[in-house]
Amino acid sequence: MITKSLHKRESELAYSKRQLEILSNGIFKNGDLPIFSKKIAETNQFPLKAKKLEILQINVGYMCNQVCEHCHVDAGPDRKEIMTKETMLQCLEVIKKTGAHTLDLTGGAPEMNPNFRWFVDEASKIGVKDFIVRSNLTIIKSNKKFSDLPAFFKSHNIHVVSSMPHWTRGKTDKQRGFGVFNQSIEALKELNSIGYGIPESDLRLDLVYNPSGAFLPGNQASLEKDFKKALFEDFNIHFHHLFAITNLPISRFLDYLIASDNYEDYMYSLVEAYNPTAVKNVMCTNTLSVSWDGNLYDCDFNQMLELPINSKIKHISEYNEDLLFNRNIVISQHCYGCTAGSGSSCQGTLA
Amino acid sequence: MQKTYYDPADLKKFGKISDWNEELGKKFFDYYSKVFEEGALTEREKSLIALAVAHTIQCPYCIDAYTGDGLQRGITKEEMMEALHVAAAIRGGASLVHGVQMMNKVNKLDM
Repeated sequence: MITKSLHKRESELAYSKRQLEILSNGIFKNGDLPIFSKKIAETNQFPLKAKKLEILQINVGYMCNQVCEHCHVDAGPDRKEIMTKETMLQCLEVIKKTGAHTLDLTGGAPEMNPNFRWFVDEASKIGVKDFIVRSNLTIIKSNKKFSDLPAFFKSHNIHVVSSMPHWTRGKTDKQRGFGVFNQSIEALKELNSIGYGIPESDLRLDLVYNPSGAFLPGNQASLEKDFKKALFEDFNIHFHHLFAITNLPISRFLDYLIASDNYEDYMYSLVEAYNPTAVKNVMCTNTLSVSWDGNLYDCDFNQMLELPINSKIKHISEYNEDLLFNRNIVISQHCYGCTAGSGSSCQGTLA
Repeated sequence: MQKTYYDPADLKKFGKISDWNEELGKKFFDYYSKVFEEGALTEREKSLIALAVAHTIQCPYCIDAYTGDGLQRGITKEEMMEALHVAAAIRGGASLVHGVQMMNKVNKLDM
């Protein structure tokens, strides 16, 4: 079980440049597999263009109380990158004028940002149609100062989206750390007890499923059915929807793939499962990702790979939605992760 | 000619059997997909049956395919192993139940 981020371990994979080299060399350089731009060109989908902005995703920092094996952020307690109040103020200015219907706060554990609650208060005042917080669940149980988070979420009608790789303890703890399953179950019970996730309730609670290994997610609807059945039968827990998300071959998941000698097979399985229909709806075409320091990216994965947006506008302080429209999306071979099978996004499958 | 009888890469070429007989190949794959659709049994249950049968007939391609399929469906390793023991019990039982035949023969011939 890992306890430190790649950054703390000074691994070469902590550097985005090295990750991008791996994703461009070997099987892609020698032509065994087509590079992503060529693949989407086959169906006249190159270059990918940004459509109308629907989701503003803000990463408020890489600090997290967990160190998950597959984390694409390389988050952990040792990460110090935290969004400042000044950058949050710039984000609030954008939230006031954006046409996006969804505000999506992520991290790390977003709740660990010292200004998290202030930011949620202020953003709520502006009025957001769908206000998501990606909460890892265990944060609620990690420290007394976080124990009132469910009530805080409820008071702001926050849409809670939480990770849960399996309905069994063994598989969950293996991916997310010892004890995570029990704490997650307790947190879900608390959220249920105040109305979150209950059928017909407006307090939305969705779960995110990431495969716990070098394989693609199965059918989202079937997995949702199995999760619902098991969590209800075993723990009397309810939730609304399950988003099945493919692990992208970057950061800690890339490190795992290479260390377990699964990298090439995994890339083959992504490319073989390539689905041009999923390309039409990839999240980078309707989402904008803001990093802890206010820089703009096409998605959270590009943020981690330090692939900046292809626009004159690079920072939240220069934000202009009209100029960002129709920009060319920055791509590399990791993008195969979003176009495999039924597709994958922070909102689940695409096709 | 390849030097081993089995190559994992050949699994991906399964569909090519239709190249030499399109009509029967198509009928087979249509049937195959239909069989694995949810019916009286769930797709999950069918995947576990397939995994157990794969071990019974000792088909490396099928073991590869249905172990991966099971993982994708969230089937646990404990469930997979139990399914294999069902296959093993039936295989073992099939040998042992013939012991009755042996016993009948011995009882008939032996004084």
